[in-house]
Amino acid sequence: MTLTAHRKMQLYGTLLLLPAAILLTTFAYLPTITTVINSLFLPGFRGAPAEFVGVENYQVLFDDPTFWKVARNNLIYALGTIPTSIALALVMALFVNGKLRGRGFVRMAYFTPTILPMIAAANIWMFFYAPQIGLFNKLLGALGLSGINWLGDPSVALGSVIVMSVWKEAGFFMIFYLAALQGIPPELKEASDLEGTSRWSFFWRVTFPLLMPTTLFVLINALINAVRVVDHLFILTKGGPNNATNLLLYYVYENAFSFFDRTMAATITVVILLVLAVVATLKFTILDRRTHYQ
Amino acid sequence: MSQSRIRLERVTKRWDATMAVDDISFDVTPGQFVILLGPSGCGKSTTLRMIAGLEEATSGQIHIGGRDVTRLPPGDRGLSMVFQSYALFPHLSVADNIVFGLRSRKVPRQEQRQRLAKVAELVDLTAYLDRKPAQLSGGQRQRVALARAVISEHPICLMDEPLSNLDARLRSDMRREIKALQSRLNMTVVYVTHDQVEAMSMGDRVILMQHGTIVQDGTPDELYNRPASAFAASFIGSPAMNLLPLAAGEQGAVIQGEPTPPVAPLNAAGGQLGVRPEDIELRPASAFGVLARVLSEEYLGADTIVHLAIGEHTLRARLTGKHALAGQQCRIGWPTKAAHLFDANGRRRDDLTPYSLDLPGAESQLSSPLSGSSQTSLLAPQLYPQH
Repeated sequence: MTLTAHRKMQLYGTLLLLPAAILLTTFAYLPTITTVINSLFLPGFRGAPAEFVGVENYQVLFDDPTFWKVARNNLIYALGTIPTSIALALVMALFVNGKLRGRGFVRMAYFTPTILPMIAAANIWMFFYAPQIGLFNKLLGALGLSGINWLGDPSVALGSVIVMSVWKEAGFFMIFYLAALQGIPPELKEASDLEGTSRWSFFWRVTFPLLMPTTLFVLINALINAVRVVDHLFILTKGGPNNATNLLLYYVYENAFSFFDRTMAATITVVILLVLAVVATLKFTILDRRTHYQ
Repeated sequence: MSQSRIRLERVTKRWDATMAVDDISFDVTPGQFVILLGPSGCGKSTTLRMIAGLEEATSGQIHIGGRDVTRLPPGDRGLSMVFQSYALFPHLSVADNIVFGLRSRKVPRQEQRQRLAKVAELVDLTAYLDRKPAQLSGGQRQRVALARAVISEHPICLMDEPLSNLDARLRSDMRREIKALQSRLNMTVVYVTHDQVEAMSMGDRVILMQHGTIVQDGTPDELYNRPASAFAASFIGSPAMNLLPLAAGEQGAVIQGEPTPPVAPLNAAGGQLGVRPEDIELRPASAFGVLARVLSEEYLGADTIVHLAIGEHTLRARLTGKHALAGQQCRIGWPTKAAHLFDANGRRRDDLTPYSLDLPGAESQLSSPLSGSSQTSLLAPQLYPQH
């Protein structure tokens, strides 16, 4: 059989796609499918075959009050970190994009938290939050105020984790905003200055709409990070006290490797994937229509 | 209309060690179309941006309509500006782009709509009001930028090389459109360009700049016919004026490397002689004139640019019609009033009169510099062996 030129091109394209396809299949799609399958079975004891139970695992999960607490924590964590870190990133980017003495240094300072590994950053914050010798309580003490048990008090602990995450994330998002701001031609500002447009009005009518693609990108990233990054919990709180700072992924880890309940871990993972997929789809369909891409 | 008078007094702009604009003064009367012309880096755009308020003058004063605006923000100066890049807001429709300034100035919506309709009609954009700038052609974007300037109803409009992003054909259309719009609305326009064609065809007045200073300030006609310096002479006109160094000869100054005939008084030696290509006439090698050899010719359709060698210098002559003269010897001459003398520093000399290169008894013919057909008939026997 002779190959036509068209077939050859198709084969060529397929071969080019193959390495990425193999990697993605092995490390993303297959595990996802296995996880979905695992969440529908109960493992058999002493070599007995796994038993298909349908959605029973999900019913058990939804009856588990700890799951709901962890889910609620994660929602608060997302609402606490995403808007704050994005707003902070934008403010920092606007600040270091202006005429500023030592601008390079300030940019570097803002970006430093990003290059630290999460574990290292959490260790630093551990010292800030430490009850007796911690920086924050020392400062409060200097003002004559009594210290707070930042990580030990269930009503404060999640807030403390959120603050640390915002600190860690904002610098990263700032880089994207900074790049986008530098892509906005300076004549736009000049043209609006000639019309006597105030800075505030210019920001809302020009800068912010032109940053929308970046905001959308950062938003998706922030959302994924709010679910995906739990490294700091290992150092700071281990999900405690009394699950006050436990987040979904950390709960997955606990189920899988502390309680050795692989089925429950798989079930929670599927729930996380579904929720993320729904939110990302909503964001892209609703915000995309109102976003101007250049 | 007196609120549209612009006056610059000893305005200077310096960035650290570089002097961008060096102590310039000029006065724009209302309704005038003034061109700031010069090569890149001459300070013309900086001057415009200082008038606009986008750059602050290091020293000197800028008055608009009798008001000292030197330290006022751009929005308070009562002027609009068209940018080289058009500076359109990419996320806004054409209509929103045009009324952007009106919204900033809190003009009532009803009035915004009326003015938009009028201006869109004026610049022929009515059909495109809902489009985004990315969906427009270069010429249409240019119109949106113009509309944005016009709708503000400021008496002054500044333009910073507005046509340089358009192709040649569109450019000549837009030249006429801008000029027509300006005279129709009686706007005062300060227009920056490096293109001498734009300067000559649009300006009521041209200010030629070099190295941050004004070289010449006059009507296009003055710049063309009485260039104030060798630089002005070489910048205006296409092809540029021929500049030939003069050396001392026996009976006066001669073109370097060509000892006869003298072309100017002896005092002119060391300076330059300027003659426009269109003023040069070719004569048979046996006639009176400066000996030259034809190097090559460029045929442009309506006329031919002939490259000539005189001594060690080359110069260009423009002849009407098609000519094939390469390699031939000839003599050249020019009308006395078409020759310009410049001193060693490039400044115009009016104290000396160039010598006449007229043919004996042929004065009537030479008085009209562009009499190409009569020249060819003169040259015919020697220079057209192939005919």
